[in-house]
Amino acid sequence: MISKENVNNETPTSTGVVAVKVDDLTVAYNYKPVLWDIDLEIPEGVLMAIVGPNGAGKSTLIKSILGILKPIAGSVSIYNKPYQKQRQLVAYVPQKGSVDWDFPTTALDVVLMGTYGSLGWIKRPGQKEKKEALEALEKVGMLPFKNRQISQLSGGQQQRIFLARALVQNASIYFMDEPFQGVDATTEIAIINILKELRKAGKTVVVVHHDLQTVPEYFDWVTFLNVKKIATGPVKDIFNDDNLTKTYGINYKVSIQE
Amino acid sequence: MDVTEYIKLVFTDYTLRTITLGTAILGAVTGMLGSFAVLRKQSLLGDAISHAALPGIAIAFLLTGAKNSNILLLGALISGLIGTFWIRGIVKKTHLKSDTALGLILSLFFGFGMLLLTFIQKQPNANQAGLDKYLFGQAATLLESDVWMMAIVTGICLSVLLLFWKEFKILLFDADYTKTLGFHTKFIDILITSFIVLAIVLGLQTVGVVLMSAMLLAPAAAARQWTNSLSMMVLLAAIFGAFSGVFGTAISASQNNLSTGPVIVIVASVFVLVSFIFSPTRGLLFKQIRFIKNRRDLQLHKTLAFMYNIVESHENISHPHAIKILNNFQGYTKSTLQKLVRKNYVTIDGNMWSFTEEGFKAATNLYNQQINNNE
Amino acid sequence: MSSAQLEIQLIACLVAIACAIPGTFLVLRKMAMISDAISHSILPGIVIGFFITQDLNSPLLILLAALTGILTVVLVEYIQKTGLVKEDTAIGLVFPALFSIGVIMIAKNANDVHLDVDAVLLGELAFAPFDRLIISGADVGPKSLWIIGTILAITVGLLFAFFKELKISTFDAGLAASLGFSPVAIHYGLMTVSSVTTVGAFDAVGAILVVALMIAPAATAYLLTNELKRMLIYAICFGVCSAISGYWVAHWLDASIAGSITTMLGILFLAVYLFAPNKGVIAVLYREKQQRTEVSLLTFLLHLKNHTDERERHVNHLNEHINWQKVRSKSVLDLALKNNMILLDNNIVSLTEKGEAFTSKAINYIITNKDAQIEDMKDDFFLFRG
Repeated sequence: MISKENVNNETPTSTGVVAVKVDDLTVAYNYKPVLWDIDLEIPEGVLMAIVGPNGAGKSTLIKSILGILKPIAGSVSIYNKPYQKQRQLVAYVPQKGSVDWDFPTTALDVVLMGTYGSLGWIKRPGQKEKKEALEALEKVGMLPFKNRQISQLSGGQQQRIFLARALVQNASIYFMDEPFQGVDATTEIAIINILKELRKAGKTVVVVHHDLQTVPEYFDWVTFLNVKKIATGPVKDIFNDDNLTKTYGINYKVSIQE
Repeated sequence: MDVTEYIKLVFTDYTLRTITLGTAILGAVTGMLGSFAVLRKQSLLGDAISHAALPGIAIAFLLTGAKNSNILLLGALISGLIGTFWIRGIVKKTHLKSDTALGLILSLFFGFGMLLLTFIQKQPNANQAGLDKYLFGQAATLLESDVWMMAIVTGICLSVLLLFWKEFKILLFDADYTKTLGFHTKFIDILITSFIVLAIVLGLQTVGVVLMSAMLLAPAAAARQWTNSLSMMVLLAAIFGAFSGVFGTAISASQNNLSTGPVIVIVASVFVLVSFIFSPTRGLLFKQIRFIKNRRDLQLHKTLAFMYNIVESHENISHPHAIKILNNFQGYTKSTLQKLVRKNYVTIDGNMWSFTEEGFKAATNLYNQQINNNE
Repeated sequence: MSSAQLEIQLIACLVAIACAIPGTFLVLRKMAMISDAISHSILPGIVIGFFITQDLNSPLLILLAALTGILTVVLVEYIQKTGLVKEDTAIGLVFPALFSIGVIMIAKNANDVHLDVDAVLLGELAFAPFDRLIISGADVGPKSLWIIGTILAITVGLLFAFFKELKISTFDAGLAASLGFSPVAIHYGLMTVSSVTTVGAFDAVGAILVVALMIAPAATAYLLTNELKRMLIYAICFGVCSAISGYWVAHWLDASIAGSITTMLGILFLAVYLFAPNKGVIAVLYREKQQRTEVSLLTFLLHLKNHTDERERHVNHLNEHINWQKVRSKSVLDLALKNNMILLDNNIVSLTEKGEAFTSKAINYIITNKDAQIEDMKDDFFLFRG
């Protein structure tokens, strides 16, 4: 059961500007619909969790916003312009399991990849980019590991490297796919502190999140998703039994206890 | 023929020089591009492509009647690419899995190629001699012009590689992320695949259809064991590949009846074997040694911890205790005790042992560490 | 047709059947490339066996070569376990090395071994009838026929004896293990049969083309059915048809029989790949187009249901907001109209009762993950498909 005391009372720092606007988004895998007619507005400056049961389309939503998946209908705009024109405003932290961690590369190298987007084709990262990458490593507390091969890092450390890579992009909006999955408690705290810092700096952060219990503590905004959008808004207003039941079905209490 | 004599011959003899140079260049370029194939988990694609190239060679010959290897290789390139894209089509459009698609294209194209080759051999006007070499490769048939061709293609590969290094690297590591950065991933993907096909086709005359895939994989697999950096891996793979070519040529040139292809493959496989066993970080030998050492350390720590528990209750830490009481404890062996004596952690007097100042300190540290770890 | 021709065709058919049976399981278990590896790496086994027996058709040679096949599988699995390279790389490293050893062994002993690498790769079915098995003075037929016949008999025997185990372990390894069928035993059993079949057949159709006979008929059959028994039967039929037609094509072109059989397999696969009723490329493309329109239709209906605001329901909104091109919007609108799902009034679209019912049902199915039922529902509601 979620008690009301846990609810984060910080008022969202939202400025009233809409950072991400999703219109009538429908996505299908093999012509099976996974997301249905999603309308969603994410205000600037919120730290938002996307929650929903397995297979609800949480990752799919992020991936289609980022153009990795092609929706069959609908459109996405970032600060009122189509996503394609606003790419540099967006950073992405994929699921940790989506890459080959045995790849021959170092932590610093991976973080440097965050600068590739602004560099564009062919141009190589130079001293300036390297400095930025080192700063990002510092911020996530991974500087001592910069020359480690990525397979020699723990799960939590790998996740921090991914976060550092996104930080280097110096974006306005951050999308993260289950950043807390399989990480140790210290890393979880470190990551959430960085996310809160980002919010303080006026950035918008969207996180696919699994652990319902920590939602009120970590986030100020939440979207309930299960193929359709169930609800979206401030945690203190809409994070309640009613919406949880609508999203998870009658058994939602079981999934909280897990 | 001894080694110095052979080396002299390489520099003086035109044919041998051409062949050595050719196989070296070939080894380098396949090693280089093979690294990408291995990291993309497309190791067996090379095998399928090289087999799929065979009908292209035969059709090019049937159409032009030319023995010019460049035209034949163009045919090989086209049919290799058709094979590659058909494999993709099968995986994408049907429920057949990639291994089935690879095996299908490989064997069907090869069989069709063999049909054409045997058909050509029965033609009365055919100056067909030499098409057989594409099965197992015959480096002896390399001409200077072929080597030039290889050098040019290698040069192009190298410059494309250097130019798009950043893009190749990020696509290989994290394709989805690459897309979000605004790179055209399909273009990079097709670029890499096309160059891999090109490298395979280039090697058909020297190594042959059947064994070409090993040239792609072996140097890269060996190189991976020695380094954790992509650039180093590509460089090492190129070096291993070149050496496999040179050594393989030398061995097959000094023996009768040996096709170059199989010998080069054996040399490359030796590189792999040595790398698997002796690589300092990943190698099986050192892994085993580390494993044994860790186990010993663990035993040592266990003994120390046990001793600490006994000594703790005494006021005088150097109070002697009977060795016997250590016996019913599994971490203890005579050799671990000897080791502790050598480290000056304990002293032994008859069948009694006692901690030294140093030993007690080490044991205390260890004990505290364990407590912390348990928390 | 001479008796030699008849015997060649008979041998080819038996080889095709003997290959199709293990091939079906290899394809289903995603191990097709293992058969390619085995077919290459048995070469050193054949050569050593030949040194010992001096007879390409000796059972001992077949056993030795089959052992090399198993050795390949074990080696590949060992390398995979070390984690030093990716799984497929392990296969790609092992078989060229073993094959090269075989080729070099033949080359070094060219004077003693009357073995031709080309023949190992390609086989020469045309000569098979000349090597006859003589038992106490009586000619009982070509040796190859007896060898492949024996292998086939054993394979069929094993298939009938262990059909249930094979089936369960192929589709659900976990269940098989919990029922007490050792997946390891079945795995190595299958590998052994594949190796023995490869060795037995190489002399007729050549090592590499054994791969074609194993994979192609099974893959072709897999495009036509998902049912194991049918798949086996189809695969066998495809193998036999290709074997016979391939023989006659080779006869006509005066070219390699093995190459020609493979080519026939290729043509057969291409035809099925393109035209198979459900899983063929043309059917898939057609269905994709149909489903794209139908999913679009559903999206559109759902949108109407979600938004009561007239502006959102204006025809032009389809183009602007849902982000579709004109052609697609029009075809979706037409389909909806044809199926009486919507009403058009002054360019404002609204759902009909039927449309309402359809949409509610569809949403319900999607949210409860019963996607399959949507297809049935479409049959109930649609007068015209997309």
